[in-house]
Amino acid sequence: MSKRIDVSDLDIYYGDFKAVQGVTMAIEPRSVTALIGPSGCGKSTFLRTLNRMHEVIPGARVEGKAVMDGVDIYGSGVDPVEVRRQIGMVFQRPNPFPTMSIRENVLAGVKLNNRRMPKAAADELVEGSLRHANLWNEVKDRLDKPGSGLSGGQQQRLCIARAIAVSPQVLLMDEPCSALDPISTLAIEDLIHELKEDYTIVIVTHNMQQASRVSDRTGFFNLEATGQPGQLVEMDDTTTMFSAPSKKATEDYISGRFG
Amino acid sequence: MSTDVTPEAPGAEGRPLASRRGTTPGRFGNRLFAGLSTASGILILVTLAAVAIFLVREALPAITASPAAYADFTRDLNLGQYIGPLVFGTVLAALIALVIAVPLSIGIALFIAHYAPKRLSGPVAYVVDLLAAIPSVVYGLWGFFWLVPKIGPIMDWISQKLGFIPIFADYAPPAKNVTSAAIVLAVMILPIITAVSREVFLQTPRLHIEASLALGATRWEVARQAILPFGRSGVISASMLGLGRALGETMAVLMILAPFARGTEVYSIKILASAEHQTIAANIAQQIREAHGMGVSVLIASGLALFAITLVVNMAARWIVARRAAFSGAN
Ligand SMILES: Nc1ncnc2c1ncn2[C@@H]1O[C@H](COP(=O)(O)OP(=O)(O)O)[C@@H](O)[C@H]1O
Ligand SMILES: [Mg+2]
Repeated sequence: MSKRIDVSDLDIYYGDFKAVQGVTMAIEPRSVTALIGPSGCGKSTFLRTLNRMHEVIPGARVEGKAVMDGVDIYGSGVDPVEVRRQIGMVFQRPNPFPTMSIRENVLAGVKLNNRRMPKAAADELVEGSLRHANLWNEVKDRLDKPGSGLSGGQQQRLCIARAIAVSPQVLLMDEPCSALDPISTLAIEDLIHELKEDYTIVIVTHNMQQASRVSDRTGFFNLEATGQPGQLVEMDDTTTMFSAPSKKATEDYISGRFG
Repeated sequence: MSTDVTPEAPGAEGRPLASRRGTTPGRFGNRLFAGLSTASGILILVTLAAVAIFLVREALPAITASPAAYADFTRDLNLGQYIGPLVFGTVLAALIALVIAVPLSIGIALFIAHYAPKRLSGPVAYVVDLLAAIPSVVYGLWGFFWLVPKIGPIMDWISQKLGFIPIFADYAPPAKNVTSAAIVLAVMILPIITAVSREVFLQTPRLHIEASLALGATRWEVARQAILPFGRSGVISASMLGLGRALGETMAVLMILAPFARGTEVYSIKILASAEHQTIAANIAQQIREAHGMGVSVLIASGLALFAITLVVNMAARWIVARRAAFSGAN
């Protein structure tokens, strides 16, 4: 259920504006890859290219390769819808569907894939996904209530449950804790630890402690100047990145000298 | 909300804000606005009450009189027998119009709001809005001279192939039947339903559309999963606005629909059949000139029925919208 992604020479554009340039990185399966860097350096933009969500913005496009399982997800003939079904995404702000109950939210992705699912199987999937997302005990008595009635942290875990209910190969998370309180943040970090047993996880975070707590590998993005494209400065094992980074810019950023 | 629009806000006194009182409308403006909006609210209620009172007062003679008193106007029908088929025809025509217009409007609104390329969505929206500006008598002319002759053969064909289903049975030319009238009504209510739906679809949060896309939804699935449920109550409200207009539309129906003969009491579900339906509004317009005395009162009683139907429709819409408020996405 988890795959590696090899990105090579990826340039990312918004119309004529080149937002990210020349990214080459390997994302290992069953591990957590953290992306850090000052805001505006293109972390979100890069993350969204990994499941072809970038191109839903008018004028947005990508040059380069991102190979998952031997297939370039930007190859001709690859259906972006199919890519997104295999690479799940959790957004910065929790976004459960407000018109759906908790249960319907969990099943939202599965419903897209196969319309009719026996009730028992659906029940099992709902429980399994919510358990996996550490949310089951909190919501098991109100599965038919709207998902928007949960707290922010619960909503975010609901979104994680929704993403993993379709058994994706990879899970992308864009600052999943930035809108949450510290306790919910810890709950999600624990969850990420558990999820990496099964999934390839890429997480964008502006929180250095979080990166060092949850990730196995860390990539540091930076901008040379505003208006310039963001670049991947370096990428290494998280422990190395935080103890002995090889680039001066990384060390400066990690030690809080800028950013 | 900024502090200067809430005069009761703690600490408003003595803050620099207070010095702006001279240059902004401030409290006076607020009070004026509050007064105006309250007054217009009351005015609407008063008007509504005045209309209702007028209808009841003028309809009362017919309602209380014995059928013999207006027998020569209704051709021996009592009030219920006279108004019943008109109510039926009114609701039937409006419902057929809605069945045609709502899916079309939703489709056009979705297209304009989310799927059309920019250079297409603008012109399409504009054309749809223009439809709303066309007077109903023009729609009537269009229906009479263009639609009725063109659609006759199609209805004939449907009636032959599907005539075993009662509602499609017994087509008879010319196609001046309730369906033709309803098609014209549908075109007339299309702009309002489309415009309101488009607005609510545009308000679907980007966040929810992206949630759907990220789950691997196709464009159509995004519409089904995120946009349509979010816009549901708005579409219902829009449909009710359209239904209201369709229920009361007079001119187009008057020009197109050949009504049943006076003095017959028919409730026909044969929507392609000829001379089996009439609507309240068209009937009033048709009969009012030759009515006098009790006849007028009978017609006004039918108007009262139309008024009641419209109220019920609006209340039903509110109820439907309120029932799922928790899931509306408004919170
Ligand atoms: N929808 C968009 N249209 C145009 N430019 C964008 C859009 N989203 C982001 N950008 C630009 O792309 C660059 C990278 O942004 P982003 O990926 O959001 O950075 P980060 O997530 O690292 O803070 C920024 O210069 C930003 O202004
Ligand atoms: Mg970002």
